[in-house]
Amino acid sequence: MPDPIIKVRDLWKAYQSGRVSVQALRGVNLDVPLGEFLSIVGPSGSGKSTLFHIVGGMTPPTSGEVIVGGRNLSAVGDSGRTELRRTTVGFVFQKFNLLPNLTARDNIRTALHISGQATDVFEKDFLDILALLGIAGRLDHKPSEMSGGEQQRVAIARALATHPAILLADEPTGNLDTANSLAVLKLLRDLNERLGQTILMITHNNEAAQYADRIVHMRDGVIVETSTPAGRQALGPVV
Amino acid sequence: MIFRLVFENVRHRPIRTMLSVLLIAVPVTLILALIGLSNGFLEDSRKRSAGVGADILFKAPGGSLMTFSTGALPQKIVDLLKTEPHVVQATGTLVQPIGGFDSINGIDLAEFGKMSGGFTYAEGHGFQTPDDVLIDTWYAQQRKVHAGGKINLLNRDWHVAGIVEPGKLAHLFAPLASMQDILGSTGKVSQVFLKLDDPKNADAVVAALKVKYADYGIWSISEMQALISVDSIPLLKNFINVILGIGVIIGFAVVSLSMYMAVLQRTREIGILKSMGATKSFIMSLIMAEAFCLGFGGTIVGILMSYVAKAAMHAVAPASLPQAIVYTWWPIAGGVAMGAALLGAVYPGMMAVRQDPIEALAHE
Repeated sequence: MPDPIIKVRDLWKAYQSGRVSVQALRGVNLDVPLGEFLSIVGPSGSGKSTLFHIVGGMTPPTSGEVIVGGRNLSAVGDSGRTELRRTTVGFVFQKFNLLPNLTARDNIRTALHISGQATDVFEKDFLDILALLGIAGRLDHKPSEMSGGEQQRVAIARALATHPAILLADEPTGNLDTANSLAVLKLLRDLNERLGQTILMITHNNEAAQYADRIVHMRDGVIVETSTPAGRQALGPVV
Repeated sequence: MIFRLVFENVRHRPIRTMLSVLLIAVPVTLILALIGLSNGFLEDSRKRSAGVGADILFKAPGGSLMTFSTGALPQKIVDLLKTEPHVVQATGTLVQPIGGFDSINGIDLAEFGKMSGGFTYAEGHGFQTPDDVLIDTWYAQQRKVHAGGKINLLNRDWHVAGIVEPGKLAHLFAPLASMQDILGSTGKVSQVFLKLDDPKNADAVVAALKVKYADYGIWSISEMQALISVDSIPLLKNFINVILGIGVIIGFAVVSLSMYMAVLQRTREIGILKSMGATKSFIMSLIMAEAFCLGFGGTIVGILMSYVAKAAMHAVAPASLPQAIVYTWWPIAGGVAMGAALLGAVYPGMMAVRQDPIEALAHE
């Protein structure tokens, strides 16, 4: 059996808040195989965002082992985590986080530039992704000229432009209405099914979590349950 | 792509950009205006000294090119100098500073006219009474007077007898005898101009005069013109250095403040870039590139403003404040502005580099 693309062992994370040490994660163990769509759910303060940030190389673990795409994040420094973000993961955020002064095209080109890839022409497979996302005709618009749904699709396109092994989505539907939320979730599932894209999505929305292959439930810094969505197959084909 | 990011950032905040550019332009203009003024004055001096038509300048012992000791030479030395080999003409002038870079020159109009080829009168005529003065067209424009008008100089009202074309010795002339009376320098002159039978003999005559008149200030006109420089004006070089220093400080402070604000305003954007894997050097290069743009813009605007300053000075005081456009100082003034801008961007850049990506993304 191949190694999981994300392997977490006995992960602890403590934040210092003044003189008080806050334990955000208390011995988390998790394997995410290549090509899986995993949802992490839990209430505020459960540690899901902290786990997300550690796996995404945004912050270092306090102790334990975190291996993402073959890179041991417990052993690398800031530059190693930067390298991970540049080459292995792509982020989608609740607030879209597009660069506001740039068009959608330039947002995508910026990600390509940072990852050291050519920025002048988009590759054929990426053009297919843009078509799948339905934003091929909106590339020359700035975020302020787009709806929330469109902005989130651009954010997904930007995250995928560098062909990351893992797409990390942090509450991707949190700022969207029901219709756009549904569309984005279906897109994520379609990307997973069609392209085999590994996706790790955190959400506090149980309905959104149902679009994943597997759901990890967190509370008080530990994983308390792992489940398979009951209605996973009932969601039907997308697009 | 960096250029695109910087361009859009600069364009997105036009007021901040324009203010920064304008403030950076101020020291550039200051530097260029000062240098332009120095060079304009020196160039004007060169032209006017050449316009005398002499080959040698003779001054009292210890005299320097750019300073005058009123009445430091006995007038009889003019006749003595006329007897020197190769000297065909000599005329003494009495110079009295009247403020700023201006001076009034007492001349023997006939002798001076013979040496210089004579004045070209735009208005009026030569001296007819002891109270007559001649002024050149620039000074007339500056003082807004015409031939027949009055002008107060050295606490005395003079009659403007004529307005002459510029380029000969000075902007103002009075009869030598009148000046000697007013200044209590009867029988004295400040300097003597010598005309030779052949300008090629100038060096030899200067050498011979230096032997005979040791310690006197003696220069050929060509040597004198070569020596008229910023260095020959006391303290001017120091003043220029002070202005350069002020330029660096202003540019540094403006860009530092501007980029500090920019980094604060773009905290979230920096977080976004970091989430995409932007390295520290990438973030720093963005900040430095923006500072470079501001410095470059400030340089261009500063250069344009130096033309405005030149036009303004020419309108106000064409004779006293002749300003040149000194192209060779553009890169120096630009270098000062750009250097200060880049220096000012270092701390904000380091702030941006050190930002925690999670905190930056959470910034509203």
